[in-house]
Amino acid sequence: MTDGAPSVGFFSRLANPGHFLAWSRYAIAPLAVAAALLVAIGLWLALLGSPEDYQMGSTVRIMYVHVPNAWLAQLCYGVMALAALGTLVWRHPLADVTAKAAAPLGAAFTAIALMTGSLWGRPTWGTFWEWDGRMTSTLVLLFIYLGIIVLWRTFEDQARAGRVIAVFTLVGAVNIPIIKFSVDWWNTLHQPASVFRAGGPTMPASILAPLLTMTAAFTVLFAVLQIVSMRTEILRRRADSMQRRHASELSARPA
Amino acid sequence: MSPFASIVRRDLRLAARAGGSILTLVVFFALVATLVPFAVGPERELLRRLGPAIIWIAALLALLITSERLYRDDHEDGSLAAMRLARLPLEVTIAGKLLAHWLTTAVPLMVVTPPLAVLYDLDGATLLRTELTLLIGTPALISYVGIGAAITVALRRGGLIAPVLVLPLTVPTLIFGIAAIRPLLAGTAATALMFLIGFSLIAIVIAPFAAALALRMGAE
Repeated sequence: MTDGAPSVGFFSRLANPGHFLAWSRYAIAPLAVAAALLVAIGLWLALLGSPEDYQMGSTVRIMYVHVPNAWLAQLCYGVMALAALGTLVWRHPLADVTAKAAAPLGAAFTAIALMTGSLWGRPTWGTFWEWDGRMTSTLVLLFIYLGIIVLWRTFEDQARAGRVIAVFTLVGAVNIPIIKFSVDWWNTLHQPASVFRAGGPTMPASILAPLLTMTAAFTVLFAVLQIVSMRTEILRRRADSMQRRHASELSARPA
Repeated sequence: MSPFASIVRRDLRLAARAGGSILTLVVFFALVATLVPFAVGPERELLRRLGPAIIWIAALLALLITSERLYRDDHEDGSLAAMRLARLPLEVTIAGKLLAHWLTTAVPLMVVTPPLAVLYDLDGATLLRTELTLLIGTPALISYVGIGAAITVALRRGGLIAPVLVLPLTVPTLIFGIAAIRPLLAGTAATALMFLIGFSLIAIVIAPFAAALALRMGAE
């Protein structure tokens, strides 16, 4: 595959699949170490350095895992939507790979956000599931991720899959804010006072520090996983095309 | 006759001559709505409260299962390729097909809604509001179905995938459609109706473009 861009700037060189394979090899280890360090610092701050909530006790610490995952659940969709633009506008081969790699990661982060949310909800609200605006729209987001994963698995031709799924990803990107708004509207009618009032705008530094550290840790972790699964996908595609070439050479050879 | 009108007429004719498909759809819709009371029990008050929601869900399911019909035959006999290459923009063709699809699927459902309303003992005003919200909401549902079907048309095993893609997108339509029938808070029905109209318009505008783009992207 060739890059259609006429001028080879810094970013297009960085994004060429061959170059990507070359430089990303060296990015994985430092990023993984950074993620591990950040998780360690974040956990230490969260488990030892932060105070218990006067009402929720130790369970408030679920927040330090929950919030980063909820943030990544949305970031992943943003990455996929940008990649979809890259696929449709520039036909960039790496954009397909980015979108495909981000989908299962986004689904996983969303699922973890939902699970930690409901584990947190059990002692706090006395129920695993509340038809709360945020939880419900996150659940819908999970279903959108799962639909996209299903599409990736069903298409045989992955290049075609990339283009078609890009269209759906953008349709989803238009609809997700609408869904979020509708669910919030629907929810506020049912229960005018929101149950979800964790912290509020004034958060003491002892809570904010572990929260930000863990958010950074999970974001770097996402970067590592994303790069690794993009590399895997590129190599898988190369193996596929080598296999196909091999098969066609075999059939071309006179018996 | 304008090209748009001839597309609509062609699809209407095909639907009429295919025989039985509209009847199947209507029977499916009525059956779903009839089965729910067996699951929730025959209490009149409960069913009266659930009635509009059940009719909406049944309509949603019925419209979803029609998604395959939208482009499948045209894809298989090559008409879709011809439409893609025709001088008439594919977006206009899709808009015509969606309009014909709405006329042959959603409208029959709205025609059989009154007898179902009798089953649920809905009063006249509620029935009217249900029909009104179906009239406004089903074009949005058909739009999403049109996008989902365009994405999955090239898939041989695409049967259940289009509904899986489409269902999450229908959440706003469902919320505002029901809220406009039976307001949870006094005075919010009008607001809900306005939002339903707004989101329906957005869906109707986006659908032909998104579906045409998906069909082009899938065909290359």
